Amino acid sequence: MPPLLRVATAGSVDDGKSTLIGRLLHDSKALFTDQLAAVERTSRDRGAGGPDLALVTDGLRAEREQGITIDVAYRYFATPARKFILADTPGHVQYTRNTVTGASTADVALILVDARKGVVEQCRRHAFLASLLGVGHLVLCVNKMDLVGWSRERFEEIKDDFARFATRLDVHDLTFVPISALHGDNVVHRGAAMPWYEGPSLLHHLEQVHVASDRNLIDVRLPVQYVIRAGDFRGYAGTMAGGVLKPGDEVLVLPSGFSTTVRAVWGPGGVPVAEAFPPQAVTVELADELDVGRGDLLCRPGNRPHADGDLDAMVCWFSEHAGLEPGSHYLLRHTTSETAATVAELDYRLDVNTLHRDETATGLSLNEIGRVRLRTRRPLLFDPYRRNRTTGGFVLIDPVTQDTVAAGMLTGPRRPGRSVVWQSAAVTREQRPTQGATIWLTGLSGSGKSTIAVELERRLVALGRPAYLLDGDNLRHGLNADLGFSARDRTENVRRAGEVARLFADAGVVAVVSLISPYRAGRDRVRAVHEAAGLPFVEVYVDTPLEVCEARDPKGLYARARAGELTGFTGIDTPYEPPAAPDLVLHPGDGDPATLAARVLALLER
Amino acid sequence: MTGYELSQSGVLEAEAVHVFREVAATFERPVLLFSGGKDSVVMLHVAVRAFWPAPLPFPVLHVDTGHNFDEVLEFRDRAVRELGVRLLVGRVQDDLDAGRVVEERGRGASRNRLQTVTLLRMIREHSFDAVFGGARRDEEKARAKERVFSFRDEFGQWDPRRQRPELWNLYNGRHRKGEHIRVFPLSNWTELDVWSYIAAERIALPSLYFAHRRRVFQRDGMLLACSRHLAPEAGEEPYEAVVRFRTVGDATCTGCVESPAATPEEVVAEVAASRVTERGATRADDRISEAGMEDRKKEGYF
Repeated sequence: MPPLLRVATAGSVDDGKSTLIGRLLHDSKALFTDQLAAVERTSRDRGAGGPDLALVTDGLRAEREQGITIDVAYRYFATPARKFILADTPGHVQYTRNTVTGASTADVALILVDARKGVVEQCRRHAFLASLLGVGHLVLCVNKMDLVGWSRERFEEIKDDFARFATRLDVHDLTFVPISALHGDNVVHRGAAMPWYEGPSLLHHLEQVHVASDRNLIDVRLPVQYVIRAGDFRGYAGTMAGGVLKPGDEVLVLPSGFSTTVRAVWGPGGVPVAEAFPPQAVTVELADELDVGRGDLLCRPGNRPHADGDLDAMVCWFSEHAGLEPGSHYLLRHTTSETAATVAELDYRLDVNTLHRDETATGLSLNEIGRVRLRTRRPLLFDPYRRNRTTGGFVLIDPVTQDTVAAGMLTGPRRPGRSVVWQSAAVTREQRPTQGATIWLTGLSGSGKSTIAVELERRLVALGRPAYLLDGDNLRHGLNADLGFSARDRTENVRRAGEVARLFADAGVVAVVSLISPYRAGRDRVRAVHEAAGLPFVEVYVDTPLEVCEARDPKGLYARARAGELTGFTGIDTPYEPPAAPDLVLHPGDGDPATLAARVLALLER
Repeated sequence: MTGYELSQSGVLEAEAVHVFREVAATFERPVLLFSGGKDSVVMLHVAVRAFWPAPLPFPVLHVDTGHNFDEVLEFRDRAVRELGVRLLVGRVQDDLDAGRVVEERGRGASRNRLQTVTLLRMIREHSFDAVFGGARRDEEKARAKERVFSFRDEFGQWDPRRQRPELWNLYNGRHRKGEHIRVFPLSNWTELDVWSYIAAERIALPSLYFAHRRRVFQRDGMLLACSRHLAPEAGEEPYEAVVRFRTVGDATCTGCVESPAATPEEVVAEVAASRVTERGATRADDRISEAGMEDRKKEGYF
């Protein structure tokens, strides 16, 4: 059981939220006698009968004077089972930004309903915001049960009503507790008024709720925060944002794309760490001397985040001074990096009460939520927020006022907008004289891909099948002339070649692609594009060892790379990721190019 | 039950380490407030661990009221020597001598409020842009809403309306020249967390924090120590008792409690069972008014 649970509460004074928190603190004996004495004194001054527990939580004088809560207040209490950090936020729609802030780090959200009023707009809004911010566990506290005669029917009615609404949300754990914060029933102790309720009290539920598996322990993500140098020591310090990292693990440094291994992992104070996981703060030593700095990210070679500067995101607008307008410029803080960003488009504004999408909206003002397209000057290394809250969340800062003006959740790389539609053709694939396919040859430079590809094209044409060779080198003279050899450009190079191959295949031609295409994810995307279009795709891995390729060195490139004249050369200073499940693997000893080409063709006929 | 879980103090330490590194990476001239009090001792301990094996990349600053317990000053000097950190001292006395502030007079007078002027002077003189403080959100109601990165304007003042939303672990420390950010790495720690950490890490503290015999007297329901800075007045009968301090501030206004707890473990047990907050029990300065802390924070107090 993780000893620390972060809970967000949202609700208005009318729902009895402050009373509930006061009750939780009071009945769990987290309230100190001097605090309680102050509350009793004030209650007496105001002519209240008993201590008004709502007074426990109101903080700033401005709030006391206005009788409202205007910010996020953090409360701490502990039971023998757990320590709780309660982020307490006001409930009105004009405090949506506070609710969002409180929910950003929460494991559990407590949502209050007045049993007399049922599931009202505010309650749905809180549930939606919690779901948007990735809070996986919701607890609906049906309060003021004393005012509905402790009615089981009323409780069930509210429960059904809310459960129906919650199917539209991304919530995997939903719990209902009937309570009376005023009298204390089912808050800390069960109480005798509702014998029909068989579940745990609220506090007991919070002590038990299982949140450990909410963390992402699969995708290794370590955003580099700070470089620690001391003598010969060079360590990359950061807080684990995902996955489990161990000494000896092969890691990839992004965005440079260099790979190396982890020599050691240290905790604070130089404690050796056998396995690092979120939310540990660690310092990692790498086996090779690479140029790594703040804003870079360490991951595993076969599991990288998206790297994109054209993004889709949900944002919540925080500024009362200026609204969000498409075309405006901001600074975007994401993990440990900061880059300039422009809001390119506003897709829609979301009504947080009805979840209605207003596509005619032209901007967002304070507390409004919408989906935007962002362009960043440098690509972000990110995961969708649903998969990882740390690598998927960001804030926007106004470069002039320096205020934090928005929080955002990345949903993914930009998808083609609605304005791009498919034009259907009059000719179906079956009506074409020939059926196409794509043969994709991947492997190191000098592995023999092109020789085999040339032979394949020759044979296919000889057999009367339309075929066309798409050679990586040749494509770089035209279609891909604007691309270099960075990881990003290589990814784009592969994407374009894949799209062209798909068009050829769709037209009835066998596209023979000969491309180093070093990244597994890029090749997998090309395969996915073909599969989605119902086109055959054959991945052939020309597995010639590096030493052999280097000995052949047909274009003299290895020699130049070794001499340092070429950088970003696959196999020398950037990684090659072999396919996990290729359709065919060819080794240099398997035969001459004609034999090898025949084997590929056999595969195609199958 | 799955593996890969950090202890409670592990989580809190990781959070604080993240904050220290974030500041070291993004600010030009940070400084850490170090009084020898337990929160600042814990804060310094975590800071040193955050940058291992490199030395602490910023100095520490003591705002000296001149009304210190002797044990605390000795401890301060020993601690900075052993940890190899650079200590700066800002003296309230210098501001009194220069006429920038005037000593409070009468019963209950203290130099606590005067510290603010000295702190802001030091920040200005050294162009500090980030100032680490050991404040915790559980200490006082007004602090429950304090940010981890708390923005201060060019006059060192805290404006509740200019505080920035803090989401996830993304902190916005941007500021203009002359403005600065107060940073509170221990925001989410409670008194019990601090003591548990002290016990687990075997962190040395001034002897004042543990049970010892001392001449004390009662005033306004608090137990104050007789010292060269504070003497009982007529009707306040001094007596000897076994006491310890829960906080150490200005000797003129920091009270102690009767306690037999002589080790960190015993203090942990005592704190866990305590029914009175540390400030409620022992800080006359916080009792001035209900909104005492909020007013003082606006002036730039830590």
